[in-house]
Amino acid sequence: MSSLERADVARLAALARIDMTDEDLDRLGGQLNAIVDSVAKVQEVAGEDVPATSHPIPMSNVHRPDEVRPSLSQDAALSGAPEAEDGRFRVPQILGEEA
Amino acid sequence: MTTMTYEQAMEQFDPVFGIEVHVELNTATKMFCGCANEFGAEPNTQVCPVCLGLPGSMPVTNQKAVESAIRLGLSLGCSIRESSRFARKNYFYPDLAKDYQISQYDEPTCFEGSLDVVLDDGEVVTVGIERAHMEEDAGKNTHKGGTGGIQGADYSLVDYNRGGVPLVEIVTKPITGMGARTAEVARAYVATIRDIVKALGISDGRMEQGSVRADVNLSLRPRAVAGESQDDVPFGKRSETKNVNSLRAIERAIHHEAARQAGLLLAGQPVIQETRHWHEDTGSTTPGRSKEEAEDYRYFPEPDLLPVEPSRAWVEELRGTIPEHPAKMRARLKEEWGFSDTDIRDAVNADALSLIADTVAAGAAPQAARKWWMGELARTANDREVALASLPVTPAQVAELQGLVDAGTINDKLARQALEGVLAGEGSPREVVESRGLEVVSDDSALEAAVDEALAAQPDVLAKIQDGKVQAAGAIVGAVMKATRGQADAGRVREIILQRAGVEG
Amino acid sequence: MGAARDWTRATAAQMAAAMKAGEVTSVELTQAHLDRIAAVDGDVHAFLHVNAEGALATAREVDEARAAGEELPPLAGVPIAVKDVLVTQGMPTTAGSRILEGWEPPYDATVTRKIRENRMPILGKTNMDEFAMGSSTEHSGYGPTRNPWDLERIPGGSGGGSSASLAAWEAPLAIGSDTGGSIRQPASVTGTVGVKPTYGGVSRYGAIALASSLDQLGPCARTVEDAAYLHEVMGGHDPMDATSLDEPVPSCVDAARQGREGDLAGVRVGVIKELSGDGYQAGVEQRFEEGLEKLKALGAEVVEVSCPSFDYALAAYYLILPSEASSNLAKFDSVRFGLRVEKSTVEKTMGATRAEGFGDEVKRRIILGTYALSAGYYDAYYGSAQKVRTLIQRDFAAAFEQADVLVSPTTPTTPFKIGERIDDPLAMYLNDVATIPANLAGIPGMSLPSGIAPEDGLPVGFQILAPAHEDARLYRIGAALEKALHDDWGGALAAQAPELEVAP
Ligand SMILES: [Mg+2]
Ligand SMILES: [Zn+2]
Repeated sequence: MSSLERADVARLAALARIDMTDEDLDRLGGQLNAIVDSVAKVQEVAGEDVPATSHPIPMSNVHRPDEVRPSLSQDAALSGAPEAEDGRFRVPQILGEEA
Repeated sequence: MTTMTYEQAMEQFDPVFGIEVHVELNTATKMFCGCANEFGAEPNTQVCPVCLGLPGSMPVTNQKAVESAIRLGLSLGCSIRESSRFARKNYFYPDLAKDYQISQYDEPTCFEGSLDVVLDDGEVVTVGIERAHMEEDAGKNTHKGGTGGIQGADYSLVDYNRGGVPLVEIVTKPITGMGARTAEVARAYVATIRDIVKALGISDGRMEQGSVRADVNLSLRPRAVAGESQDDVPFGKRSETKNVNSLRAIERAIHHEAARQAGLLLAGQPVIQETRHWHEDTGSTTPGRSKEEAEDYRYFPEPDLLPVEPSRAWVEELRGTIPEHPAKMRARLKEEWGFSDTDIRDAVNADALSLIADTVAAGAAPQAARKWWMGELARTANDREVALASLPVTPAQVAELQGLVDAGTINDKLARQALEGVLAGEGSPREVVESRGLEVVSDDSALEAAVDEALAAQPDVLAKIQDGKVQAAGAIVGAVMKATRGQADAGRVREIILQRAGVEG
Repeated sequence: MGAARDWTRATAAQMAAAMKAGEVTSVELTQAHLDRIAAVDGDVHAFLHVNAEGALATAREVDEARAAGEELPPLAGVPIAVKDVLVTQGMPTTAGSRILEGWEPPYDATVTRKIRENRMPILGKTNMDEFAMGSSTEHSGYGPTRNPWDLERIPGGSGGGSSASLAAWEAPLAIGSDTGGSIRQPASVTGTVGVKPTYGGVSRYGAIALASSLDQLGPCARTVEDAAYLHEVMGGHDPMDATSLDEPVPSCVDAARQGREGDLAGVRVGVIKELSGDGYQAGVEQRFEEGLEKLKALGAEVVEVSCPSFDYALAAYYLILPSEASSNLAKFDSVRFGLRVEKSTVEKTMGATRAEGFGDEVKRRIILGTYALSAGYYDAYYGSAQKVRTLIQRDFAAAFEQADVLVSPTTPTTPFKIGERIDDPLAMYLNDVATIPANLAGIPGMSLPSGIAPEDGLPVGFQILAPAHEDARLYRIGAALEKALHDDWGGALAAQAPELEVAP
């Protein structure tokens, strides 16, 4: 089984948008490898002939009628916003200077 | 890099292209929540815990959107999968409320279709359709500071009203061998999709509002050398130009990208596989994200939603609601009605074709039906700033109106007044004619009295007529029409005048 | 009115009956619990937020309605504690995470709405492992909850706040959520009752998602009958949750009543071979065996069943859960709600916010899930885990051919000491080895107390599992066993817990 290198953990952390210090990478990296080693055993029994189950109770075709329900007020929608302006959620620049 | 024209590029290289069209459905509500699906509301007023991605909220699929997607798929000749499902496409972006998009991935509802596209000269090109799948739209970012674009902005503001609006994404197979007609085929393909979604009634098809948006993929490969088949030449690296949102822009974007890529290739430089932004003002593209590391979307089946398993009976029922292919319908109607190319094109552009068809079906002659919808009614719709179809008059009423004209009950001028009454909600054309008293005066004795009165008032005109200047009768006709408030049959009035003057008509 | 009775020691059913009989008011009940919280929660730390005014307001309304002769729902006026995983309008909701500190949701979860419609005073929001990731409540962003049986020990997790509030007599009923055992394992280690309904039996709308295909809300109580009442309040179809079962709420209360009559003749009880032996504490096995003897004495037939794929359940679970969680927790991005650590760009702001707002266990699982779903690894990890899920469902299907219910100890051990396994995630994960298969298969499960382990004096839980949609069976068998045990003990097990020190 492939083990997670430090660089892999750094790449995954970036993909998951979690900043990590060198110390974080060392500590989590070690723990993650132990976990990955122990969970890899699922492959032992996951044969081609075994279908995947993604939903525990088989159901299908659950749809809702195309009928309007009340929305939140703008105030309620923005009530948890760390920062808002002109009825919108405000965020720092999307592209950095280097872009 | 070498500067090339589009034509030069297409001579030297074999273009391969593909188009992804996103169609915004005109359902009453969003894809996964009950918020209104309407364009132009105050920011963040058409949002709820679901489309704002608040903790704890859960999506539920809109039945109408599923139905629309299946109908669109059937119109594109697609197979409908017995069991399809939604997946999550994971990536972080501020306009994506949950930081994943619910889309369809490995099991789209509609797959493997084909669409005949008619070019301007009548040539038909068959475009292969890989899939048509359902997904949700993202919210809208507004950039503040700098030039208003994303680059150089100080900060951005997010409105999630559009977040969760239902989309169907239609993906073509790679289209090859079109040469210099590539841009034209691309435009015609998107125009055809637009016509189909309008005919299905599943989208307003307004490209300027983003209801139909296209991403254009293009790559160039060397022309096959002698003894080699073009099919054996591998595809080149492609660019994907995002959000090309008008038919003209599609052509322009292909022209630009073909020339740009050819320039690079001839200069021995590589084409980078990347997404590019389209700039309407300059007619050019620029690279998207600076990071070239391919995004890893970590697709997996959406656990909050269940498989879509349309029964065969339901699919067949939906198939029964598919209208005739717009291009076919146009060709047929042109033939049946004896319209010119211009007549048909104008009617299509005004969204009047089906209204005219319904009016004809209700008994009016095609040209008369066309005249009403493309004339008086088009002007009214324009003045009122509403769609033709939403005017308060039905094709059956227009046919009834024309019937009254044909029967001589009213003339054209009275018919316009009657129509005005219908549009004002005064009732059917017949009711308006009656209540407004618009009927043509057909009682000869009343007309004779009016003619006598007019001739008496203008003896000089009578003299001229008797002198043989028959055209002078026009003045008397005018006076009689005025006296009868337009309700006289002008032809009959003229006959009476000539009789009274003792001249043969 | 009689002499001062300590109403906090009553069952929910007794409280409801007493209110009906005019022996006590909802305000008195609610105040008694608020007083108890004030007295002991400094040590136990079961609550993240106490909703004193709101609870009393609901209680007053119920009392007035009752006085006016209004028809009221069965549990009207009975106070309840709500796990902080449920969104509650007008009360903060954090899911135990610093990233949501101070967030007041603009909407109610479906279960929250049902509690309000049933006019139950909400005492407050209970502590939990951050985003329900854990088996000890040590991973709460707001400090651990302590087990009322021994304040040095864990109260289970993730619903340690709910289970501890029951064991500490701070609330008669509580809401839990169970993704891999987070209702049953805390019930086991605190000597209380907890039920995970069939997947979809209770709406998940408004429950902050951990792993969507595993999560299920359920009732926590001190008796099987109380859990049955709460189950019926919580359950039922919800059009806001596509995975919600469109079928009637199971008749849990009737089933519990039937069970108490004590006749289990014709009932086949299957003992799962794989959930015993290595790693199972002697006192746990002893009490489990005694439970089996009780069931036999009531007329049940006990058989052994084998579920060989259970050996892979833990591994499958620790792939499916982190994968789904990594996606579910993406929305905590500093844009619309919650913490923001502002940096120069959105991307950097997201990275810094999530680094500061999430604890280590959450980060570990997000990274693991991100890995399991990433290009090139999906089939090996997530895909394979979903296949194991199929195998486990097949094992259950075969076992339920032989038995009407399946049983096992709920947890291999009694509660461990706080801090003991905090740096050893794999050891921590073993807590859930017996509870996880039910979540993978979507079937219902219950844990009820089966006694005290002789070696450490700590409570032991007995797990009952039933086929999907057969939740009522849990209540019938559970109530029968409970009655037999209570007859021996002279009342509920919780009464045997040492008295907590009461703050002045
Ligand atoms: Mg897409
Ligand atoms: Zn919404």
